[in-house]
Amino acid sequence: MQTLKRFGLFWVDFIVGEDWTLALVVVVALLITWGLSSTGFPAWVAMVVIVPSALVASVARARRAASRRSSLR
Amino acid sequence: MHVALLVLSTFAASLVEMVEALTIILAVGVTRGWRPVVLGAAGAFVGLGGLVVVLGPAVTRMPLDSLRLVVGGLLLVFGLQWLRKAILRAGGLKALHDEDVIYQEELQRLRAAGGGRGREDWYGVTVAFKGVFLEGLEVVFIVLTFGATQGHMGAAALAAVGALVVVALVGLVVHRPLARVPENTLKFVVGIMLTSFGLFWSAEGAGAVWPGNDLFILAVIAGTALVSCTTVAVLRAADAQRAGTLG
Repeated sequence: MQTLKRFGLFWVDFIVGEDWTLALVVVVALLITWGLSSTGFPAWVAMVVIVPSALVASVARARRAASRRSSLR
Repeated sequence: MHVALLVLSTFAASLVEMVEALTIILAVGVTRGWRPVVLGAAGAFVGLGGLVVVLGPAVTRMPLDSLRLVVGGLLLVFGLQWLRKAILRAGGLKALHDEDVIYQEELQRLRAAGGGRGREDWYGVTVAFKGVFLEGLEVVFIVLTFGATQGHMGAAALAAVGALVVVALVGLVVHRPLARVPENTLKFVVGIMLTSFGLFWSAEGAGAVWPGNDLFILAVIAGTALVSCTTVAVLRAADAQRAGTLG
């Protein structure tokens, strides 16, 4: 059981990496795209807006965390 | 055009991973002898080959839309992680990847571990195996996702093998870490490509229709590059401003 858990965690870490919120945003963005694709609205817009915004937000969070760490020193 | 971009991206991604694996292999070889390197690397190649044999046919049998959704989605998540790290490095929030520094650290660690050069140096074998397997795993992931989604597994695999041959030959000649390879820049570019292709294919898999069809990938790549470069510029400006305030 422990080996299986470690195996699973390894793959999560390998693909998802340091910020799991990016993976969550991708899933949500794909669901929105899928929902929009049947409405006639250009569904691709959802991906090109949501995904880059999530990336920038993730970098901004990392920067804030780094600033907090350096101010604590 | 798609195939050319795919081959170039796979080659660049494989090149940086092979360079990293070479650093570990050299450190093991210099400190603990070349036998553990051969055993470890051979074991890693067998393991990676096994993964390709198992996963390759599985992904190529999936229906195209599901393949693009699932594999494109995974590639997008993987690419975002890669690009995020590259942006943090370029923006000064994460240490740059320096093969010389990594090599020296690896040498110290391997020497401190003691033993070695005995009948069978399992520590050296394990380090060499892990180095090659973990770096190679990223290459296998990229080859499988790029190759399967576009139906050009052979071209992607050839690009990866090409990178392996180049790094192995150069490594044999110079016999030290390839610190001159612009690894950080390559990782930045590869991050942009993985993210762009992942975004493009997963959106298609989810039912989106891109304006201009396949040609729109160029706009996605340009947009991703613009967002990434702007983010780096903002990080650097903030860093310079902060340094100015402190100074």
